[in-house]
Amino acid sequence: MTVSATAPLKHAGSLFAFALDTARASVRRPFQLREFLQQAWFVASVTIIPTALVAIPFGAVIALQVGGLIKQFGAQAFTGSAAVLAVVREASPIATALLIAGAGGSAICADLGSRKIREELDAMMVLGIDPIQRLVVPRVLATMLVAFFLNGFVSVVGVMGGYVFNVVLQDGTPGSYIASFTALAHLPDLWQGQAKALVFGFIAAVVASYKGVNAGGGPKGVGDAVNQSVVITFMLLFVANFSMTAIYFQLVPPKGA
Amino acid sequence: MGVEVRVEGLTKSFGKQLIWGDVSLTLPAGEICVMLGPSGTGKSVFLKTLIGLLKPDKGHVHIEGVDIATCRERELYEIRKLFGVLFQDGAMFGSMNLYDNVAFPLREHTRKSESEIRSIVMEKMEMVGLVGAEKKLPGEISGGMRKRAGLARALVLEPEILLFDEPDSGLDPVRTAFLNQLIIDLNEMTQATCLIVTHDINTARTVPDNIGLLYHRHLAMFGPREMLLSSEEPVVRQFLNAQRVGPIGMSEEKDADELAREADQELPPLPPIPLQQLPSSGVIRPTQRPPGEWCEQNGVTPPPGSFASDVVGAT
Repeated sequence: MTVSATAPLKHAGSLFAFALDTARASVRRPFQLREFLQQAWFVASVTIIPTALVAIPFGAVIALQVGGLIKQFGAQAFTGSAAVLAVVREASPIATALLIAGAGGSAICADLGSRKIREELDAMMVLGIDPIQRLVVPRVLATMLVAFFLNGFVSVVGVMGGYVFNVVLQDGTPGSYIASFTALAHLPDLWQGQAKALVFGFIAAVVASYKGVNAGGGPKGVGDAVNQSVVITFMLLFVANFSMTAIYFQLVPPKGA
Repeated sequence: MGVEVRVEGLTKSFGKQLIWGDVSLTLPAGEICVMLGPSGTGKSVFLKTLIGLLKPDKGHVHIEGVDIATCRERELYEIRKLFGVLFQDGAMFGSMNLYDNVAFPLREHTRKSESEIRSIVMEKMEMVGLVGAEKKLPGEISGGMRKRAGLARALVLEPEILLFDEPDSGLDPVRTAFLNQLIIDLNEMTQATCLIVTHDINTARTVPDNIGLLYHRHLAMFGPREMLLSSEEPVVRQFLNAQRVGPIGMSEEKDADELAREADQELPPLPPIPLQQLPSSGVIRPTQRPPGEWCEQNGVTPPPGSFASDVVGAT
């Protein structure tokens, strides 16, 4: 194997081309409804419980950090709103994305990768069926759908976790936590969180599928592909997250500013 | 009726490594061809290039006026409906049972009702001797059964071109003989153009109308069965008779010293050419040529004892 300087560029390019192919194939008939529902159910079933279990301590940790900091400033009354902002804007899409990529994406990648090395994908192409349209598109859409709902779920659980910690452990008052809810947060915060979740779901599923259908070299190749897909997804997610946050602050002015 | 496949100057390499170069041949419509070659000479790669799963570096594959090597993806998916391909391990969809696997192409490409699909699927399952195993998953059956199930799936769309990737690897001699008979019967019934990629010389000697030999990154020879079986060309002769004396070595080709050492060795005489295997109905296939015709037309004396009715299979 010769390693050239342009190899990473080539991979980035073909990943992008793959994403475009997927987007194009997603509007082509017939839509694979059955596969879509099956995959949505599957991704949901592997992510819901771990996500809930991650969301509670996530919300709690933010409550602890922000609560402690805000106490130093002497603005305890705003603990609620600060926690809500942190959870809804940042923590919840990221937690969702990590779980979607870690649990859903790795499963998708392993599934497609093992189909690839068993020549199932070749067989499908030979039968005149495009695996991107038949297998990849339903998986990407299913992951986006689940990410969207999961994000809402994580927001709720995270805010509740924060509430419990603030009230029980930090001696905050329930009234001020809830009252300050709307002091700084507003509805666009939730929308941008949901938009992020959709984008993260898309990235996670596309990277996992891309790595899966390009797996090679036997069972070890599938293992490598899963490993790489999780690493690449995480890197892309944090870049995308930063960009989207920056754009959001440009587009939507913070409340009260 | 089968379709002609015309291959022109096909060249394929992976990175800097040339797999084979400048392969030109024509698979005549409705005939059975065998592509032979030592392990690792890119026979499977050749097959995958024929169906457009791999893009060649140079050259063309013409099928019904479409060039597989350069056509658009849409055309490729259309033209592939003419093909039935049997992959080495059957390539069954692991998540579906055998019935759904075989029914899959029908459900995707046709608007047939479930009862019509059922009758077609059961007919093909019976053809390959898998009745009773429809509900099994591919992981639960033996390699030979997977292979036969793969054949059933390749057949449901009534293909014009049938490609077999090592149908005999991992099968016992009896099952191999049955499978070969099945290929001949299918050819007789559907007139589909068949290409078998294999290194089983018994298959190569008795089944096809034409034989090709891939060796040392090129197509050593392609032509009627009798031409290759009576050929004195060292590579062809060595391979078709499974001898150690000849240019093919253990790893790739032998070096000059080894060849010089062999130079004065007496080559065993060519074994007699066996009769071609007939369809089980006993009818002569339309593309089958009478035994000895090619030798007679080209003034080649076949090895003594050829075409005798008791010569079956390899020596």
